[in-house]
Amino acid sequence: MIQHNLPDMIYKFLLGISGLSAIPDFLLVTASYLIPSAAVLGFVMFVSGMLTYAERKVSADIQNRIGPNRVGPFGLLQMLADGVKLILKEDIIPDAVDRKLFKLAPYIVFSGTMLAVTVVPFGGPFIVADLNIGLVFIIVVSSLIVVGFLMSGWASNNKWALLGGIRSAAQIISYEIPAALSLFTVVLIAGTFSMQKIVMSQGPYPWDWFIFHNPFTFVAFFIFFISSLAEINRLPFDFPEAESELVSGYNVEYSGMRFALFFLAEFANIFISASIAAAVFLGGGNIGLDPYESGIGFQLVMVLIFFAKVVPLCLVTIWIRWTLPRLRIDQMLSMCWKYFIPMSFACLAMTAIWMLVFNGNGIFWRMNG
Amino acid sequence: MKAYGKREAAITDKFSTQEMVLSMGPHHPSTHGVLRLILQTDGEMIVNVTPDVGFLHRGLEKIAEMVPYQSFMPFTDRIDYLSSLNCNLGYAITVERLAGIEVPEKAEYLRVIGAELTRMASHFVGAGALLLDLGAVTPFVHALRERETYNTLIEMLCGARLTHNYVRVGGVSHDLPSGFREEALKFVDHIEHEFIKEFNDLISFNSILINRLKDVGVISREQAIEYTLTGPNLRGSGVKYDTRRDDTYSIYDRFDFDIPAGRGKFGTVGDCYDRYWVRIEEITQSCRIIRQALNQMPENGEVRTKLPKVLKVQEGEIYVRTESPRGQLGFYLMSNGGTRPDRLKIKTGSFSAMTIIELISQGVMVADLVAIIGSLDIVAPEIDR
Amino acid sequence: MDRRELIARLNEILKEALINISEMPNNDILIEINKDEITSVMKTLKEGPSLKFDSLLNHLGADCKEGFAVIYNLYSFTLNQKITVKAYLGREAPEIASIESVFRGINWFERETFDMLGIRFTGHSNLKRLLLPPDWEGHPLRKDYVYPDEYHGIDNKRRSNFR
Repeated sequence: MIQHNLPDMIYKFLLGISGLSAIPDFLLVTASYLIPSAAVLGFVMFVSGMLTYAERKVSADIQNRIGPNRVGPFGLLQMLADGVKLILKEDIIPDAVDRKLFKLAPYIVFSGTMLAVTVVPFGGPFIVADLNIGLVFIIVVSSLIVVGFLMSGWASNNKWALLGGIRSAAQIISYEIPAALSLFTVVLIAGTFSMQKIVMSQGPYPWDWFIFHNPFTFVAFFIFFISSLAEINRLPFDFPEAESELVSGYNVEYSGMRFALFFLAEFANIFISASIAAAVFLGGGNIGLDPYESGIGFQLVMVLIFFAKVVPLCLVTIWIRWTLPRLRIDQMLSMCWKYFIPMSFACLAMTAIWMLVFNGNGIFWRMNG
Repeated sequence: MKAYGKREAAITDKFSTQEMVLSMGPHHPSTHGVLRLILQTDGEMIVNVTPDVGFLHRGLEKIAEMVPYQSFMPFTDRIDYLSSLNCNLGYAITVERLAGIEVPEKAEYLRVIGAELTRMASHFVGAGALLLDLGAVTPFVHALRERETYNTLIEMLCGARLTHNYVRVGGVSHDLPSGFREEALKFVDHIEHEFIKEFNDLISFNSILINRLKDVGVISREQAIEYTLTGPNLRGSGVKYDTRRDDTYSIYDRFDFDIPAGRGKFGTVGDCYDRYWVRIEEITQSCRIIRQALNQMPENGEVRTKLPKVLKVQEGEIYVRTESPRGQLGFYLMSNGGTRPDRLKIKTGSFSAMTIIELISQGVMVADLVAIIGSLDIVAPEIDR
Repeated sequence: MDRRELIARLNEILKEALINISEMPNNDILIEINKDEITSVMKTLKEGPSLKFDSLLNHLGADCKEGFAVIYNLYSFTLNQKITVKAYLGREAPEIASIESVFRGINWFERETFDMLGIRFTGHSNLKRLLLPPDWEGHPLRKDYVYPDEYHGIDNKRRSNFR
């Protein structure tokens, strides 16, 4: 069985330009996996850099300020200036910290975030690994982040950081459940965990999207979006950081590039959760054509469509951040356990019943023709 | 059953918890200046709070004994940097009442206008900083935007933006500049009709905010009186008492204004929301006073009584209270007939507000303590003086 | 109850504890009392029938010609009247009973007075320095206070003088 995926296509392409025997095969295979990975890593770094710019610009607009406008046209190069500043900063490791854990924590957070990117379908064939357990993979690797947060909180040997780490453990683990359950409503409809197949089983028009499949997926979308805000520590759920309560939470002792890794991971997380919401509920980059067989022009249109859905979701996240005050930690947890988890369970169960009763048909469309 | 009990005991032995001592401040973002609270916490629950103050003690009371009466005026700016004009006013009235100095009518109007503008600006910061502590950054910036207009207005009046030193013993330093009346009326109209509504729509009735503030840090009427809370904090507990009306000074008896008091708008009377809401309502009342004052103010007239360069005040002692945005600002002045005060005691609102924190923050969470400090509107230099 | 009636009433209630009663410039009543009777006087003023001076506005200590003085400003919401209570202490080892049992809010005020003037309040629950560091020497608001030249290596000399 020939499986369509990006590394295979790159492999064939490399084989085509290099000739059959000039380069050993294992090098070609390695390259065909490394190239998309590196590209995605660079791309996500770029996107999270742009998101920091967007956050500063949008917040400035909301607050009647101007925002960054000195570095480059419209301050667009601000993120480069920030990056250079963070790299040049002294890397301070306080004496009393647990050095091994302290150094390891940022990498765990960062790699947890970046692993999730590998299964994000950017539209068309552009997905690094179309795993058949894609959705579960995202849920699993994003839980890895909490290990990093807890590690940094503990290793910093700072009581505020410890409180931040414990808060993030309580929060992320709680909100993992409604987020996962609401994603699984879609799995019931699509019948697969593969991100690419979930996207492909939707259509180009809004009534083809899973969010409008039945009333319960509609609710599930909002549960997922709010839970993902909690998972990525954005206001109104930014307890692990909580500037005014915990000073800066788990990353209070970090500086320089280590801090930048936390920072980048946070913004990459915004992008990832928006991408998952867009791919799973909003049809992703689906324009009604086969992502692998159509021409490169159509494939790029798919990417554009995907980003046309992701960017507004990112902006909504930023908009919420600069509008709402913070909940209290007990209110946040009771909201999760008392409302979100029962609601997402109900959505899952009701979608299953819906699928049985209506034979897989949505409100607007028929699954089986 | 028994085996289960044994295991339970083993677990408790292994994972025994202990209380943690947290030092909140002196450079914690939500302690509003240099203030230190030593928290004894059980996880996130606070068992005990011990305030540690004195980081900003500048010995203003000792300085007062060393400088002539008029020369102490710039120091009163530094009692409370957010409402320096009200502090000027309190001190000026104290000296005038003891020395028997008459103040020209126009100066009285200018004083009231300045004091009420400052009260509004101070409440912008007070309410805004509370919201900032709760994580809402935007309302704070919006409030500071309006305060910027106030700064420009006050700059027109006296040339300074933060420490005004505008009120002098026997009057004020400058007459009204041309164009001030129109600008001030425009500002007041904007605040009363546009800004307050926008601000309330944006944040005051936000259900997250209400849930964060209601039933938190409840101070009953009796506790508030017992702990000498004053100003908005006292009124938040439902006591309709305002020095401007009940022990009137300057020309406040000529104006028509209401005294907002906590009614338990969303929760219990005297919770954080009531104190917040009293401040928001007081901004509107200040607008009313300013508008009346601007309309009644005489066009011409002296703004300053002629006084000797170095004032001599008759022997005696006096206690004068004025209503500053943070509560009653009391000056107890003892004079021995010389050119310098014999003893000047400054009693501020934040000082007594600070004493009650120990009482009401037992058993709340760290996040609630932040809300309590914010809602009491504590300014650290006022405590230490 | 106007002020004349109040003065008569105070004369009648406080009896021996009262040393002198006079009026202050700002429509206040100034009563000078015997320092040994401070707690009972305060209790009477707070709870006494038709007085109800239940709000403590201010407390201060002062270094006067006659010696140290402690002053309490009270206010009655029911009468809308202010009253100033004053007690003179000796110059040597000034000491007076704490009125914390009557007004709980006095705690920090008394600590500040102790800090600044060295007046000891017997029966105070936590009589420590409030504003100054615990190891500071002397009490700055005393008239005979001499500034220390340095504190833990911090130069503290006065460069100019208003006098």
